[in-house]
Amino acid sequence: MSTLSSSTPDLSGRRVPRFGGFNLTVLRLEVRRLLRNKRTVLFAVLLPVVFFLIFGLNPQYADQNAGNGNVSAFIMISMALYGAVLATTSGGAMVAIERAAGWSRQLRLTPLSPAAYIVIKMLTALVLGLASVLAVYVVGIITHKPSMPVYLWIVTGLSVWIGSLLFAAFGLFMGYLLPSENVMQILSFALVLFAFAGGLFIPLDQMGDLFQTIARFTPLYGLNELVHAPLTGDAISVSAVVNVVVWLVVFAGGAMWRFRRDTARV
Amino acid sequence: MARLDETPHGEVASRPVAPPAVDLQGLRKDFGSVQAVRGIDLTISSGEIVAFLGPNGAGKTSTIDMILGLSQPTDGQVRVYGMTPHQAIGRGLVSAVMQTGGLLKDLTVGETAQYTASLFVQRRPVAEVLERAGISEISDRLVGKCSGGEQQRLRFAMALLSDPDLLVLDEPTTGMDVEGRRSFWAAIREDAEQGRTVLFATHYLEEADAYADRVILVRQGRIVADGTASQIKALSTGRTVRATLPGADRAALLALAGVETVEVRGDTIIVQAKDSDEVARYLLTQTAARDLEVTSRGLEDAFLALTADDGATATTVGSPT
Repeated sequence: MSTLSSSTPDLSGRRVPRFGGFNLTVLRLEVRRLLRNKRTVLFAVLLPVVFFLIFGLNPQYADQNAGNGNVSAFIMISMALYGAVLATTSGGAMVAIERAAGWSRQLRLTPLSPAAYIVIKMLTALVLGLASVLAVYVVGIITHKPSMPVYLWIVTGLSVWIGSLLFAAFGLFMGYLLPSENVMQILSFALVLFAFAGGLFIPLDQMGDLFQTIARFTPLYGLNELVHAPLTGDAISVSAVVNVVVWLVVFAGGAMWRFRRDTARV
Repeated sequence: MARLDETPHGEVASRPVAPPAVDLQGLRKDFGSVQAVRGIDLTISSGEIVAFLGPNGAGKTSTIDMILGLSQPTDGQVRVYGMTPHQAIGRGLVSAVMQTGGLLKDLTVGETAQYTASLFVQRRPVAEVLERAGISEISDRLVGKCSGGEQQRLRFAMALLSDPDLLVLDEPTTGMDVEGRRSFWAAIREDAEQGRTVLFATHYLEEADAYADRVILVRQGRIVADGTASQIKALSTGRTVRATLPGADRAALLALAGVETVEVRGDTIIVQAKDSDEVARYLLTQTAARDLEVTSRGLEDAFLALTADDGATATTVGSPT
């Protein structure tokens, strides 16, 4: 034991990182990782742009009035929302891959706090969500078709982006619930269904009564109405607000519940 | 449990110095009805290189998981530098190289190291650590494209980034070839010379023998022997003496110097002894024994005897003279 004094660690010099280990290096690497996934970028950024080019420029209705702008602008907002929720869902669902790979366990051997980890996931998802919104809006500007006052471009763009956080929670919840590498294949399919039911692809008033009734309870219905409200000038319905609040509670609560279980694992 | 090492670890605790690297008291872990760890008391001082040796399912990984705070003990207490594992990990005092997993395929080797390093307050330069682990030239390679050995070196690098005082390795060379194992251990050894405390689990006897200052044998969730590598090795220098001897006097045989066990199977006696000459001389001169046979007990046999599933041999290990 003669070596003891020389090898005694200096415990006083050791500190716990601030913000639970959250830092910009990690955020940068996470974003780079997400963008490296070609499939995600293709579906979340390119696909909504293509959809806009197909549906948003049709001369039969593109220039028709949609409140404070035209139908082309209305469709552009819908496509940006579709891209943004795909992006944030993908970002959240990355936890499934990380848990399957044992990365979450590895992170428990570092000072990174579980809360900081979730914040990093959410922010990463938001960065990709922003890329989706910007891609659709920039293409919209280039085509000269969508028309609405400048402030509405900003207001609707921000609404879509911030609203897509709801689906970052959805992605997290599902990522914890379905720990597998191909979770996004299931979730992309679910999002297409939600998008139809939310009225993102086809206006709901063109659908049957039963479909319209069911649609009101699906997760993109309320958000879709809220992000279009500044353009249409319509009053926001109570059912849309209730829809968003209830789904936020379900997704965020579900993610929190699974997350607690995961970190308390014995 | 046999205590081979007579160094009074308690004495360390009474001195006004830093707490031990690892202090386990009455540690137990149940998984449902399975008792994986059944009461382990262990103190590891700073600077020791300790091997946790035992067969698969002995409770090595369960114990290590509790030291790292990855699982909660059913009963007992874990202290790492006098703190909970969570507190010690938050301060970068402890890091670990796990057996498998724990890597993201879509990050490069360099990015994985940067990511890990950024989480710690106190850290070593990424480039220096990659160099030390021998993977600086594959820094731009995606982890998914690395071989098993390269991935293990990356795990080792990640563990070194926080410059931990205690490094825990859970069967770190599983799946590596002989050359890979040798160079991996050379890197660990070189690193440990700086005074780092190392605890590694292994079921390779030769690894414990070659790299540990202290070897702890575990079996069925308990420590069955604890001593220096050479003391453990001494256990296996004994021989087996077999002879035909009707009506053998078991007590007389047990009384001989160096005799560990005496087994009587009908007319055959099997004696395990450190000094087989003494036993042979006694049998041939004092008794009617015939068909005498002396065989040496290998390192592997000692390990098997100490870690065998029946408890009979566990108590036969004595202090070396």
